[in-house]
Amino acid sequence: MSRVKEIFETMTYGPAPESDAPARAWLAAHDHRFGHAIDGVLEAPSGATFETRNPAREDDLLATVAQGTPEDVDRAVAAARAAFPGWASLPPHQRARHLYALARHVQKHARLLAVLETLDNGKPIRESRDVDVPLVARHLYHHAGWADLRDEAFPETEPWGVAGQVIPWNFPLLMLAWKVAPALAAGNVAVVKPAEHTPLTALAFAELAREAGLPPGVLNVVTGDGATGAALVAHPDVDKVAFTGSTEVGRTIRTATAGSGKGLTLELGGKSPFVVFEDADLDAAVEGVVDAIWFNQGEVCCAGSRLLVQEGIADAMHARLKRRMETLRVGDPLDKAIDMGAIVAPVQLQRIRELCAIGEAEGATCWQPSWARPDDGPFFPPTLFERVDPAATIAREEIFGPVLVTTTFRTHDEAVALANDGRYGLAASVWTQTLDVALDVAPKLEAGVVWVNATNLFDAAAGFGGVRESGFGREGGAEGMRAYLVPRGERRRPAYPAGAFAPDPTPSLGTGPDVEGVASAPPPLDRTAKLYVGGRQVRPDGGGSFPVVAHDGRHVGEASLANRKDVRNAVEAAHADRAWARATGHARAQVLYYLAENLEARAADFAGRLRDLTGASEDDAAHEVRTSVARLFRYAAHADKLDGAVHGVPMRTVTLAMKEPHGVVGVVAPDEAPLLALVSLAAPLLAFGNRVVAVPSPRWPLLATDLYQVLDASDLPGGALQLLTGPRDPLAHVLADHDDVAAVWYVGPPAGGQEVERRAAGNLKVTWTNDGRAIDWSDDGDAAGPRWLERAHRVKNVWVPYGA
Amino acid sequence: MASSDTPAGQAAHDPATHDPATHDARNPGVPFDAAWFDGVRVNRSATERRAASLPARRSIKGDAQAAWLLRAITLIDLTTLAGDDTAGRVRRLAAKARRPVRSDVLEALGMAHAGVTTGAVCVYPTMVPHAVEALGASGVPVASVASGFPAGLMPMPQRAAEVAWAVEAGAREIDVVITREHALTGRWRALYDEVAELRAAAGDAHLKVILATGELGTLTRVHRAATVAMMAGADFVKTSTGKEPVNATLEVGLVMARAVRHYQDRTGHPVGFKPAGGIRTAKAALAWMAMIHDELGPEALTPERFRFGASGLLTDVERQLEHHVTGRYAARHHQPLA
Repeated sequence: MSRVKEIFETMTYGPAPESDAPARAWLAAHDHRFGHAIDGVLEAPSGATFETRNPAREDDLLATVAQGTPEDVDRAVAAARAAFPGWASLPPHQRARHLYALARHVQKHARLLAVLETLDNGKPIRESRDVDVPLVARHLYHHAGWADLRDEAFPETEPWGVAGQVIPWNFPLLMLAWKVAPALAAGNVAVVKPAEHTPLTALAFAELAREAGLPPGVLNVVTGDGATGAALVAHPDVDKVAFTGSTEVGRTIRTATAGSGKGLTLELGGKSPFVVFEDADLDAAVEGVVDAIWFNQGEVCCAGSRLLVQEGIADAMHARLKRRMETLRVGDPLDKAIDMGAIVAPVQLQRIRELCAIGEAEGATCWQPSWARPDDGPFFPPTLFERVDPAATIAREEIFGPVLVTTTFRTHDEAVALANDGRYGLAASVWTQTLDVALDVAPKLEAGVVWVNATNLFDAAAGFGGVRESGFGREGGAEGMRAYLVPRGERRRPAYPAGAFAPDPTPSLGTGPDVEGVASAPPPLDRTAKLYVGGRQVRPDGGGSFPVVAHDGRHVGEASLANRKDVRNAVEAAHADRAWARATGHARAQVLYYLAENLEARAADFAGRLRDLTGASEDDAAHEVRTSVARLFRYAAHADKLDGAVHGVPMRTVTLAMKEPHGVVGVVAPDEAPLLALVSLAAPLLAFGNRVVAVPSPRWPLLATDLYQVLDASDLPGGALQLLTGPRDPLAHVLADHDDVAAVWYVGPPAGGQEVERRAAGNLKVTWTNDGRAIDWSDDGDAAGPRWLERAHRVKNVWVPYGA
Repeated sequence: MASSDTPAGQAAHDPATHDPATHDARNPGVPFDAAWFDGVRVNRSATERRAASLPARRSIKGDAQAAWLLRAITLIDLTTLAGDDTAGRVRRLAAKARRPVRSDVLEALGMAHAGVTTGAVCVYPTMVPHAVEALGASGVPVASVASGFPAGLMPMPQRAAEVAWAVEAGAREIDVVITREHALTGRWRALYDEVAELRAAAGDAHLKVILATGELGTLTRVHRAATVAMMAGADFVKTSTGKEPVNATLEVGLVMARAVRHYQDRTGHPVGFKPAGGIRTAKAALAWMAMIHDELGPEALTPERFRFGASGLLTDVERQLEHHVTGRYAARHHQPLA
């Protein structure tokens, strides 16, 4: 029987191979050996090398690639540094033309790049051809635009300088573009370290950049393993670090860069929920699952890997899902008719197998299509684990493979609770035909990206990035550009003079107020200021207090000495009362105005207190109170104007960039300007609806404790602001360590800031510190304004595709 | 069957309720039950995304392409529905239906004796006798549009009579149109009754129910109309008359194929599906077939369960087959005219 006749009768799919000739020719032209791309030169490898292989065929050695040493990183960073002044001083339009040329060159070489990516990574050629490479070009075009518009769109900012960028192996070229495009558009220069498994398209891109006329040194590529990446991240002349990869490595990078003053964005792991409500289009949701977890072999940080289905439709959903799984095709990544290719490397395959074994050992039911084979070389079949409770390992651990776990929920609230039950917060997918449900649920999800009735939609115009332990910072859109720009002057603030910070307060032990003579007078009323937690004044856990000493050594009073348990209680209180987070912008504005009004009513008291404690002149003290009132007014003004945006992505969807609070934020204030610094730090956070746990000036805490009555009089809800008096760094450490605190702002000595950033690695909370530099609290440009609003919120992108 | 407490229209697929013995029998229909479709809602943009990615996911090349295209030919209702149709025109069409591919091409593909013909010839009722005569004992059935095609806005007795007349004239398949007003105003029971009456009029001839999806507005309505037609006993559900402004689109096809699957899940009856209008290229045909392959299984790619309503498609398929054989791009005028 002829082959045609046989297929005519069986109606099977035949092979549909994409030719790998262009990529093979390119590799051969380089003799299958690659060095780094530094200062516009694609070097020959010298010294240690490593091999990069085609994951789909074990015997297919693609190339030998240089293992970057610290010296190589040095050379690359030096080349970038040398190129920076020239690049940064180009007119924006010139940089735009360069990015435009890069985009054009990517399009011209699209086939080579797609095939090379598939050879190196194992992903289906359909995806590298239809998803990765087109998105790379789109990203470059979009950022050519941002390059042109930079000064207009982001006034009063400047590029960081040298960006060190570490790229993952799952979308090697796309993640490179996500990092290089905004970096260059903003005027930075870049040193890129591609993943060890997949270095080839980065090298091809470097070659293509040279061909496109990008000035030498503006983009450098150093290949190597984790050690090379670590050297890049730690390099003292790198100003800005961007990393996409595992949460574990992200944590290491957060620790390594602590106190360095480097800008940092991290796009880390995920265990993203895929929530299907009973009124969803089930068939569409099934296809959504395919796009969520069987895209790129499930090796996607934002993969919808946790399926949550409303109980009444769970059986129907699972049945349809299984039927669909039967029709998925896994095989040769260069075959244009397959759905999933090869797992990137044996080590990853091993990890997937191990986690599946754990899943089964813990009692979950593993389901694979009937065609699945137990050992299928570098391939892993689509896999479904049913009835996986949140406590199961595979419900919590990122598998980074084509493995889906499912569970059910009863109500919308339970869906949200289950969706948010985990350490990650990268993306979420919500399926419902009811707009009310979608728009109610999306803001409640702890995720940087929410797709409604869709999944894994990406575009250069919309920010992408996570919350919680999925990292911080955004890539794409205006929010992504801001990660590569730093407010002008921010890094040129003066250092604090020596002795600017008083030693930590110590407990008072029998050193109460001196009571001299006058035996006939009644003893003075003891007024030890308490802590302010949950809208009430509370005694500290330890019961102790510390003396507050004026500038001239007078003992002026006592403040409560907060300890770690008080921090715990304050954070609990902030979480317990969500009224502030739920309040409308208008309501928050009203409270902040009222606060300003009440503060002004007592302006004379506060000015007197300032003069008494700090020795400020009458004018200065009055000025600090006046400025504090004005600043509250200013943030009240902002509170109902924190508009988000609708991103113009090239798809039929409304993509909402919603500004939302971080959550519970720790604030550590400096010694000086005890009223104004506290107000300047807390007010922008409060304006956005964050709930704040603040450690006011440890030296002069009475300005904060005097505020209690003002707060009480101003209708501030209980959980909005807690004030803990006590030692700066010990309390800062507890806040930075706290896994239920989303962000910490710290103003203090350099070592303190470093320690806060180091400890923040625990739950990867967002941090902002003064890097040991002094802020001019009375200067509206320095101590207030857009940059403060920027860091007081995060952006969630909610994609709502539509169509009747 | 769906239990009454599951959300309407989304009952679990329960293979246990299937009776394999009924698979080859005609769909007898089921009593009208709005709960089968009330809860189903189709998301337009997700459907479009799937329809857009499907052809890209299923590239069919080489021998497989030739085989699939040959199969495509057997699925074509070779159609002429024009006001100037004549006996001569219909004879020419019938000749093409009997021998849709040049024998040298078939020979080269090893398919000379596979008996490749089109699925049917589709004409207006008065052309049925000409088609029957021309097709003779070829085994290629004649399909006739009827029931006031294409608008369907004729009195019901006349519509049913037209169906019966066409059957009497020798049509073994009848393509009827629905009253769009029933679907547009949500009078599903009326639609059910209409289809049931037309089916009765068709007797043993198989009934293809044209939904005129281009005029129904939403995909959800398409899904409902298809479900109601199947409940009323349709043997096929069909997208379009070919006269609507928008004919068979892949997303509409996806929705109808899913409706067919849901109906089969509930009843065990695999109802046929016929996209019609606008499918002109071999590439488009392959995309449709891949969609059916993945949504309904390869077993659905038979003339009993899938048809293309097309006139120009065959010529492009022939050219692609010749190209496969010779390696040279083929000329239109080398393919015998239909």
